[in-house]
Parts: sequence; structure tokens; C-alpha cells
Amino acid sequence: MLNTREIRNGAPMSDQDSLSQRQTRDIGLTFWVTGFVLLVLMPLLNVLPPEDSWLHLSDFSLNRFGKFLAFAILALGLDLIWGYTGVLSLGQGVFFGLGAYCMGMHLMLTIGKESVYGSDLPDFMVWNQVKELPLFWKPFYSFPLAVLGAMLVPTAFALVFGFLAFRSRIKGVYFAIITQALALVAWLVFNRNETNLGGTNGLTDFKQLLGFRLSEPGTQRALYVLTVLCLGGAYLLCRWITRSRAGRVLIAVRDSEPRVVFSGYTPANYKLFVFVVAAALAGLAGMLYVPQVGIITPAQIGVLPSLEIVIWVAVGGRGTLAGAVLGAVSVNLGRSVLTNYFPELWPFILGGLFVVVVLLFPDGLIGIMRQARERFGQLKAKATALPEEELG
Amino acid sequence: MKKVHVTRLSCSGVAAIVTRLSLGLLVLAGMVSLVAGPARAAGAPPSAAPPPLEQALAQIPSEDDAVREAALRVVIEQGDSTILPRLEEIRANADRSIRLAIKPVIDLLKNRAKLEGPDPDARRSAATDLGTLGKPVAIPWLEQAAAKETYKWVRYTMLESAALLKLSGEDQAAKLGAVNALGDLTSQNAVPALKDIVTAGSGAEATEAQQALANAAGASIERIETWAVWSTAIETLFRGISLSSILLIMSVGLAIIFGLMGVINMAHGELMMVGAYATFMTQELFKAFLPATMFDYYFAVAMPMAFLVAAACGMLLEVTVIRFLYGRPLETMLATWGISLVLMQAARVYFGDLTAVAAPAWLSGGLQVMVGVYLPNNRLFIILLSFLCVMTIYAILFRSGLGLRVRAVTQNRNMSACLGIPTRKVDAYTFAFGSGLAGIAGWALTLVGNVEPGLGQNYIVDSFMVVVTGGVGKLAGTIVASMGIGGLNKLLEPSLGAVYGKVCILVLVILFLQWRPSGLFAIKGRHADS
Repeated sequence: MLNTREIRNGAPMSDQDSLSQRQTRDIGLTFWVTGFVLLVLMPLLNVLPPEDSWLHLSDFSLNRFGKFLAFAILALGLDLIWGYTGVLSLGQGVFFGLGAYCMGMHLMLTIGKESVYGSDLPDFMVWNQVKELPLFWKPFYSFPLAVLGAMLVPTAFALVFGFLAFRSRIKGVYFAIITQALALVAWLVFNRNETNLGGTNGLTDFKQLLGFRLSEPGTQRALYVLTVLCLGGAYLLCRWITRSRAGRVLIAVRDSEPRVVFSGYTPANYKLFVFVVAAALAGLAGMLYVPQVGIITPAQIGVLPSLEIVIWVAVGGRGTLAGAVLGAVSVNLGRSVLTNYFPELWPFILGGLFVVVVLLFPDGLIGIMRQARERFGQLKAKATALPEEELG
Repeated sequence: MKKVHVTRLSCSGVAAIVTRLSLGLLVLAGMVSLVAGPARAAGAPPSAAPPPLEQALAQIPSEDDAVREAALRVVIEQGDSTILPRLEEIRANADRSIRLAIKPVIDLLKNRAKLEGPDPDARRSAATDLGTLGKPVAIPWLEQAAAKETYKWVRYTMLESAALLKLSGEDQAAKLGAVNALGDLTSQNAVPALKDIVTAGSGAEATEAQQALANAAGASIERIETWAVWSTAIETLFRGISLSSILLIMSVGLAIIFGLMGVINMAHGELMMVGAYATFMTQELFKAFLPATMFDYYFAVAMPMAFLVAAACGMLLEVTVIRFLYGRPLETMLATWGISLVLMQAARVYFGDLTAVAAPAWLSGGLQVMVGVYLPNNRLFIILLSFLCVMTIYAILFRSGLGLRVRAVTQNRNMSACLGIPTRKVDAYTFAFGSGLAGIAGWALTLVGNVEPGLGQNYIVDSFMVVVTGGVGKLAGTIVASMGIGGLNKLLEPSLGAVYGKVCILVLVILFLQWRPSGLFAIKGRHADS
């Protein structure tokens, strides 16, 4: 009874076999065009036109867009686990936070004697009268280890948590609640001072990364380009996963888990795999987020931020990779514009988005685009095609 | 009343005589008896000329310490509350050393007067104050007051204070008696003083009497500490039960809805907030339109208000949103979360960030059940309320037509529909009822915290955990789970701290779900899904 409804969402996805050659070429084209705009055009608009030209893209805008694209990586991960596999994780912010804190710790240590108190220790430790650098901070002196940590810590954590959760077949609402509790608990723990992670104020006041000043526009531009490249990589990885045989099992798990079991598969393993991949992507997103934004606090990893990720994906269109990217960018863009002009209005809009999208537009922006296309009778042949092709 | 008046007059008379004798200042004392009498009878306005007795007291200290001491002693022994205004006046005009000397006298007399006052709480706090002032003169006052005292715990404090005062005296026999008495009273407050006695008695040059005293003190400390272990245990238990009952009130509505429709209403916390604000509004209406004597009734009136307002909100929510999402529990979660954001922000914009509800008088204060265990009335009330709620819900579920239908739909929706039960209607009513329960929870929570937009968020994740751990379909699961989670929370808090206690509980819940993936009491069926 429950699954018949969900199949409706999944139906276009299961038609992958019917893709024609031309459609595949189209997907490639949109992908390359978007990639060109993000990777080449936007940085060029930032560098080339004079500052008063209408074509000029300010450093601030580029940096902000870099942040949105980092969020898009995070959204891709959530789309894998929620949009494709049907497992709602409300704790994705925790994995994002783990990655971000790993990178933040490295950046904290590279401040060195430039800090306010002129000590080798991070400022908040001087504040809290910690005399010696805690042992778990030591590996983060090294940049490669920090990058590795930002990927491996969330992955390992997701592996343990996911193993316990999926092994005992916690699913649906139960899994959502448990992951939400995880987000709450992580928020509480990161807020504590004695965990030596900066408490409520988090990690901030970063100066440099690998010798490059973070305040330089050039550094930020490079970080932006890196984020675009990572997003492209993450997109291709997700695309490859969702189109592989394993990806089909994921969709099958979403649409009817019992049937997958009866067909001789073990859904728990597939779910665990995709949960871990999502966590790794979240860690990567967090790692890219920190040097661009310059601060990471527990407020980024709580219950509400974790839920917001879900709304990005829902707005863009769950179950479509392009939708996740589109949703992350558009919701955050809307947020930063609206909180500027009407700060009190944003929670209403966010809340309204949850309701309206779920009730009226279950396929999100991508779904709306597809409907519009169908209505105008264009591209009739593609009425049942894969949603990914829209944005590529 | 009359009797007190007479005692007072005779007291002051004696005070006048003794002052005269001990100070040997006959002239001044004569003025006391002449002027003080009429002034007292006239109610002693502070602006009147200072009576000669106190004038003497104020003048003499400036000349000779010994005289001052003697005068103050007399004032303490013979004075009463009627001379307080004059003492205050002297104090206000005197220099620092005299002020310091007079202060304890004033405190002693004030507290002595309070010992005989009509309010038991005031009597008790006066007894505590006298104990900490450390003046042995207060011992007979306390003992006399204790002999007359009818309230057990006021008497207890009087005796405790008297014994504490005896400890600081010189009389060995009295000290020994006091040490034993404090042991009998299992007085927590006495432990530092008793420990001092033990250290004094364990020294090499301690006298035999000191050693005997130290032994007795050691025995008393041991008794007190054993008692303390028990009382802490009982208090922890109470706190656990209190938190559990809050969780239970909050999650029971959630659990019924979850059991029936398989959806977690993420706006449940905000429906509680609605109930709390309904209580607040009722209070404001009472303040604005009804006489002050009626004010204490507002809280009783607020309960149906909270229930109805929250139920109406729930009904609206069901009709406009949830109805369209049946069979899609995850989407329902997201939509209700969106609604919770909107409600929270609406409350923030409309009411501002902090509004408090004044608990009615009959719910303030508390109940002392044993030494060191004090149970606040509002917590007791919430425990009682959660019990009543559960009873009512059981009655509705098992003794009414609606309850029968709810149970049928919970067990097998399709079969119930086939048998002619209007499942959609049952859903709507149940959702409204569950929301109303959230309103009642909000009403109760105004007793233990502020009314604020974030009210619902404080415990909501915990109550989700309760529902998940308890499982669907059986209320017993919710009851056991809220007891377990609330109790564990308070049990772990002292040793691990609140945060790590929560971490621990999350781990335990996850481990528990390894063993029982769909909660304590899952409905047994032959679904492939479960």
C-alpha cells in the first residue's frame, strides 16, 4: 500500500534502458555547458571586466557561489540516500560537520603565532586554559592527513552507525528519528568546551592554507574552481553509481524493499554502501566549505541545518542528481537574498517550502520543468526520459 | 493577641529595670521608663525622639566596649520586635563599628519575632537564620518554639538549629547531646561542624572529653551520610519520574497518531507551544477582565482552552496537509516539520521571545517527605497529570466507540475500512485528539519553564525517541519507554553530565533497536514490511 505511491516518483527512473543514443549525447551537452559556465565563465567574469561593469562578478558573489556549490555536493550525497534509496537521513549535517571540523582544525593550526594571543595553540584553547595541544589535534598539522581525515572520519562514522542501523533493519520513520537524534547529540557534543573543538564559537579566524592567504581573492578563486571540479567529480561518481547495476538495486529498495529481499539481494548492504558514500560526499563538502566561508560552528551541524539539506533536494527534485544541485544552489541563493531584505520572513518561507513542495511539487523544480516541457509539446519523444538530462 | 501584648509590655518593663541596674545610669533609665512607655503605646513612629533606653545603648558603646556588650546582651535577652524600629534608627545614625555590633542584635530579635509568626515557612526560615547566626542565646528560644510547633518540618529545623548552636558552646554534656541529636536528625547541615569536632578530637593533645565527643561525632556523621545516600537516591528517582512523566505526556499523543497513521507529527512540539500560549492568553484575559481574587482559577480554565486550541490546530493541519500525504510517512514528516517552522516563527513574531506564566499559588511550594528530600508541587502535579492522562486515554481507547474504531484501524486499516469504519474520519478525530493532548502537555510545561517559541523543541527529540523505542500500537510501550529514557537521563546525569548522558542514551537506544527493531511492543503480523 505504501509502496505503490512511491513508484510513481520512481517510474521515470526505472526506464533507463530505453535511453537512446541521442539522449545520452544531450546529457553530455548540458553537463559540459553547465560545467563551462561554472568553471570558466564565472571566474572570467570575476577577473576580466572592470569593477563598475555590469558584467563584473564581485569577489563576494563568486565566493558565495562557491559555498553554494559546496552545499550542492552535500545535497548530491543526500539525494543518493534519500532520493534514490528512499532512506531519509536527518543527520547529514553531522557528516558535513565532521569533514568541516577536520579541515577547520588544520586551518586552526596553520594560524600559528598570528593568533590574537600569539600562542601556538588556537585562541580558544588559550581562553579555556588548555596548556597542551590535545593528542587528536596533532595529526592535523599535516595537510594531507587533514584532507584524508575529512573524508575518512565521516566515512568511518557512517560505516559504524549505518552498520548498526541497517543490520537491525531500522528504516523509514525510525531511521529518520534516530539520525535526527544523532544530529541533536552531535550538536550538543560539539558545543561543549571540554571536547576542545571551540565550543559554541566553533573554529574561525583562519589565515592561510598551504601558504596561500585566505583573504586574497586569488586564493578564493582557486578554491571556487576546486569546488566546481569536486562537484563535477561528485556528480559523475553519483551518476555512475545510480546507473550501475547497484544503482538499480537502490531504486528497487526505495520502491519495494520486500521484493528486493525476495529477489535474493541484501538491501542492508546496498543501503550501507550508499550511506557511506553520502557521508564521504558530505565530508568533502564540509572540507571545501570551511576555507571559503572562514568559520565552522556547531550551529552548522544541528537538527535544523540537517533538515535544510533535505529541503534543498526536495525543492530541486529528489531522485534526480541535477535536481539536488539545482535545489541546493537555488534555495541558498534565495535564502541569502531574502535574509538580507526580510530576515523575519525566511523561516516562514522555508517552512512554506517544505509544505508546498511536498504537497504540490513532489518532483521539485526538475519536475516542474518537465511538466512545462510536456505541456508545450516540445521534445515529445522525451516525455518519459530521464530527468537528469534537463540540466545535465 | 491580647496575651502577646501583655507579655510584650512586661518584657519591656523588665528590660528597663535590668538596664537601669546593670548600667547604673539611673537618670537615663528613668527617662526610658517615662518616655518609652507612652511612645510604645502610640505605636512608636520612627520620627519620634529616640527613647532613652536606646539612646543609652547608642551612646555607651562609643565610650566603652564592655559596657556596650553588656547593653546589647540585655537588649537581646529582654528586647522584642517592638524595639526594632528604634534599633534600626540608632544603627542608621551610628558609625561603622557600632553598626556592626548592632546588626546581629537586630537579626536575632527579628528572627525571634518571626519564630512566633503565623506563617510556617517564615518560622522555618527564621529558625534556619538563628542557627547560622551562631548566638547561643537563641537556643532556649528555639527549644521553646519547637515545643509549641505543630508543623513537623518547622520543628525539625528548630531543633536542628538549636543543636547546631549547642555545638559551638562550651558545655561538654550539651555538646555531646547535640552531636547525638544531630545524628538522630540526620542533619546534612551539621556535617562540616561535626567534621571539625572529629579533627579536633583526633589530635595528639586532645583531651579525653574531646575524644569522646569526636567518637560520637564520627558515629553521627556516618549515620548522616548513610541517610544522604538514600535521600539522594530517592531524589534522583523522583527527578527521573518527573522527567519521565513530562516525556510521557508529550509522547502519548504522538504515539497514538504514529500507531494509527504511521506518521510522526514533527509539529507536535509546536502544538505544545500552542497549548502553552493558550494558557498564557487565558492568564492575560483573566488579568484584564476579571477581579484579582479570581486569578488563581485561570489555570484550571486554561486546561480546556489549551486542549481545544491545540486540537483545533491539529484538525486544521490534518484537513489541509496530512490528509493528502497518507501512506507517505517521510513526506509527512517533512511537511509537518515545515509547519512547525512556520508556527514557531509566527509565535516569535507575535509574542516576542519570552513570556512567563505565573503558576497559581496552590502549585508553588512543595512537599517535604523526609530529611533532605523536597518535592516541588508543580512536579508532583505533572506526575499526577500524566497518570490521569494515561487513565483517560485508556478509558477512551477501551471503553468508547471511537476507541474501538481507533484500535481497529490501528490493527488493520484495510480490513476496518471493509467493515464500514470511516477510517478517514477516525484519522481526523484521532489526530485532533492527539494534538489536544499536546496542548495539555504545553499547559503543564508552563509550570516548569518559560513560555517561548522554542518550548516545543526542548524535549521533542527525546519524545520522538520514546515513540520509536516504545513501538507502535500499544500504549504500554510508550509508558515503559518514557520511564526508561527519562529515568536513564536523570540516572546518568549526575555522573556523566547532561550532554554525555544524552549521547549514552542515543547509543543505548540504537543498541536496543538491534534487539527490537520496531520498538518494545510491535504489532505482530505477517507483513513482509515488518
